[in-house]
Amino acid sequence: MERIPILRMGQFLLVTIQVDMHDRLAMQLQDDLTQRISEWNSKGVLIDISTLEIVDSFIGRMLANIAAMARVLDAEAVVVGMQPAVAITLVELGMSLEGVRTALNVESGMELLYELRGDFHEEIGG
Amino acid sequence: MRSTKRETLPIATSADVVLARQKVRQWAIEMKFTLVDQTKLVTAASELARNALDHGKGGHMVVEAVENTARTGLKLTFEDRGPGITDIEAALRDGFTTGGGMGLGLGGSKRLVNDFHIESQPGKGTRITVVRWK
Repeated sequence: MERIPILRMGQFLLVTIQVDMHDRLAMQLQDDLTQRISEWNSKGVLIDISTLEIVDSFIGRMLANIAAMARVLDAEAVVVGMQPAVAITLVELGMSLEGVRTALNVESGMELLYELRGDFHEEIGG
Repeated sequence: MRSTKRETLPIATSADVVLARQKVRQWAIEMKFTLVDQTKLVTAASELARNALDHGKGGHMVVEAVENTARTGLKLTFEDRGPGITDIEAALRDGFTTGGGMGLGLGGSKRLVNDFHIESQPGKGTRITVVRWK
């Protein structure tokens, strides 16, 4: 079955959505990410949507669900790279993705994750 | 409003919703809509196609290039053979849902287009027509 790959980078997970997702694929990603967070005890998830040409209410709900599930599992989710036209449309559609942390690109998204999980990371590093 | 070109696509599976999005994107680019307008059209198409599939048991989408004396536009018609909508006003309200969604599909897509028309016959189906003008 078709799946969106989830990369493991230390305590974080990285997902780049590069396909026009049908609804089942989006649900699959939501389930897979929740599984991985729990299995690998991940502390953060970075979701890169820079190649997504639209975010409709279904994808928006998926992103909100992932953020909520991550939080319940003691992890943080950051959505990065939303295109300006997508942001305009999403807000007009009526979704503001409340509760979902965002950053402009992968780099600042990673910085945000390290910031949120800073203490833990220093412990590991030191 | 005069139609200059039209094409019909089936909406029977969630893969068809993806194809419907791609078709609308392709037409919107050909008609030289701005990127924001393309995005709004494709997002509205996605919401309405999913709606026809999830609530209307599938149907089809008609894409049309239209023009009147002043301007050109892209018209999308979604027809399903589902149970119909008994209270259209309620269905257009944000947060109203009979499925598992956010209830943004109808009201939300209405905000993304210029013209929005909905006809529904309980027991027979629903037809939603939207136009975005250039």
